Amino acid sequence: MKFTFALVGNQNSGKTTLFNKLTGSNQHVGNFPGVTIEKKEGQIKKHKDAWIVDLPGIYSLSPYSLEEVVTRDFILKENPDLIINIVDATNIERNLYLTLQLMEIATPMVIALNMMDEVTNSGNSIDVVKLSEDLGIPVVPISAAKNEGISELIDVFMKTAKEKKKPEKLDFCVGEVHKAIHSISHLIEDQAKDNGYPIRFAATKLVEGDEPTMKDLKVTENQMHIIEHVVEDMENALKTDKEAALADMRYNYIEKICKSSVVRHQETIEQIRSEKIDKLLTHKYLGIPIFLGIMFLIFYLTFGLIGAPLQGILEEGITLFTEFISNILINAGVSDWLHALVIDGVFAGVGSVLSFVPIIVILFFFLSLLEDSGYMTRIAFVMDKLLRKIGLSGKSFVPMLIGFGCSVPAIMSARTLSSERDRKLTIVLTPFMSCTARLPIYGMITMAFFPENAAVVMITLYVLGILVAILSGLLLKSTVFKGDSVPFIMELPAYRIPSRRSIALHMWEKAKDFTQRAFTVIFMASLVIWFLQSFDWSFNMIDDSSKSILASLGSLIAPIFEPLGFNDWRASTALITGITAKEAVVSTMSVLTGAISDVELSAALNTMFTPLSAFAFLVFTLLYMPCAAAFAATKREMGSLKNALLAVTYQTVTAYIVGMLVYQIGSIFI
Amino acid sequence: MTLDNIKVGNGGIIESIGGEGLLRRRLLDMGLTPNTRVEVRKVAPMGDPIELLIRSYVLTIRKEEASKIKLKEEI
Repeated sequence: MKFTFALVGNQNSGKTTLFNKLTGSNQHVGNFPGVTIEKKEGQIKKHKDAWIVDLPGIYSLSPYSLEEVVTRDFILKENPDLIINIVDATNIERNLYLTLQLMEIATPMVIALNMMDEVTNSGNSIDVVKLSEDLGIPVVPISAAKNEGISELIDVFMKTAKEKKKPEKLDFCVGEVHKAIHSISHLIEDQAKDNGYPIRFAATKLVEGDEPTMKDLKVTENQMHIIEHVVEDMENALKTDKEAALADMRYNYIEKICKSSVVRHQETIEQIRSEKIDKLLTHKYLGIPIFLGIMFLIFYLTFGLIGAPLQGILEEGITLFTEFISNILINAGVSDWLHALVIDGVFAGVGSVLSFVPIIVILFFFLSLLEDSGYMTRIAFVMDKLLRKIGLSGKSFVPMLIGFGCSVPAIMSARTLSSERDRKLTIVLTPFMSCTARLPIYGMITMAFFPENAAVVMITLYVLGILVAILSGLLLKSTVFKGDSVPFIMELPAYRIPSRRSIALHMWEKAKDFTQRAFTVIFMASLVIWFLQSFDWSFNMIDDSSKSILASLGSLIAPIFEPLGFNDWRASTALITGITAKEAVVSTMSVLTGAISDVELSAALNTMFTPLSAFAFLVFTLLYMPCAAAFAATKREMGSLKNALLAVTYQTVTAYIVGMLVYQIGSIFI
Repeated sequence: MTLDNIKVGNGGIIESIGGEGLLRRRLLDMGLTPNTRVEVRKVAPMGDPIELLIRSYVLTIRKEEASKIKLKEEI
């Protein structure tokens, strides 16, 4: 018999750590159908027949966020054999709030009381036996981080699942709420049964006025009137409204339980330590400089000190391997076109992207460190006010910053945002942050046109990118991304030392992900571009790329850029190849102009651009659609090709308009 | 008196939670229920949001949200 377990708990309750401890490396990461919320599944160690699904971290079962909806639907519709509810013992009252709601679903359930070591080490205690008796479900004290109590936990939930032992108690309501829930229970009993809803859960949800439940149970208009009447009576008797009444009832019950099983003399050592650390890290004056310093350090280490040499080594390795394969092909006597296809097409394209793997892995190492330690929430706390002005919350700050390094991990890191709307808006805005791959283009143009003012031009571009992002944020928040802005209500968890295992797993996942993409999306894109620039319309292979399909497409597009000041097929062709990777703009320019040295390239560029149109070209390359890898990331994180296409269309149109404004307004003055 | 006017280091007992819809529900879900003690621990460097201590954990909300939480008295 195969068992499916659902792992449910609050955010910051150590859920991921427990999941990793239970499953080892037998994990599959995917998305829930239809939404971009991560779905992790794994096989429990030494139990081949037991699967566990790691559901998103949530605080309540009211469908407040997409995460809550996903969790609810999974439990109600996929009917797991048992719920493993992980509860943070250091923060037990708020964690049990979700527990009480889960119990109503009447699915077998076990509580994993996590971080018990922190409770006892601080001189506090929890009477686990009493707690288990009061709740009517098994409670197992564990410490996921220290690997304590895990095998006991597995034994208990396997046994409970086999016995199909449901929670003993469902009734923790009193007085008026009790009356209301029970009269509604009777009213909808049959419909609940028919639609696979636990009766008690359905009744409570109907008291709360929960729309998905009304729809699922096909509540009739007549019944609706009765329910409204019952709820009104309850509200009048309690002199409060239904939301407050239910929350109040649950918390009152929790307080009662905790009074008899939880002894809390003081804050835990970790909580006291966190307060001290925060005295510095969220300090009124030092908080922001410290944050900027930490980010600078991460950038310096990722893109400079550690990342650059590793990338260099990998590039060298790829070059050697390419030469090796090239020689084999030549010795085997394969035709020229096949050789060119493999070496100039596949290896050049995939290789240039693969060399980013070390940077991605290092960046995600630091990101997991920020996230798992608890600092990420402090960044959101410190930066929230600033980002709020452009329709985002503090949590969007990190992806935007990473965008200055590389848009691909930046877009991927937007996954840490809990609100779907914030996530999408962040993904659209992030590529406006000038990534490192655009630096070679700036270098090429400044050398040819602004050798005296290179620094000024660079800084102008970076600032322009930020400005465009801010203006776009303002524009999009009042048009496309109107509405459901999630208010900023966030827990600041105690700082904890991240587990090495979680971080290693995270890095491995990202590396695997990125490499897979390099061999699929990038592979195809490289092939197409190579084909277009190696063949003419009669499909003859050519040496002079100015006769290629790509060149003729380039000259087709070239007139479009007249208002930006550069109507030149080489410039527009470079912009097209720049979509494979931004630095390809430079290599394409060198190939198409036939320039061998930098001096020759500068001379050739001077025949194509005026200084003003060269700057307009820079502005366009800064803002137009990001590279294929970033596009693939956008598509994946947005969850649909349509949204990704809309995003890059918006970026490209913006680039065009800003470039045109720069050229046209500049022309008036120059 | 509302929570956004409380001095850092002070706190009070919650009288009622205003606002509506999901926001209000979220505040209640997070344990900001009537008759619970809440303390303002800190204000973010730019003056918003604020940091609260409630039910022995730390929660941050914006002043706008805090202005909907009525307190009985400042302690």
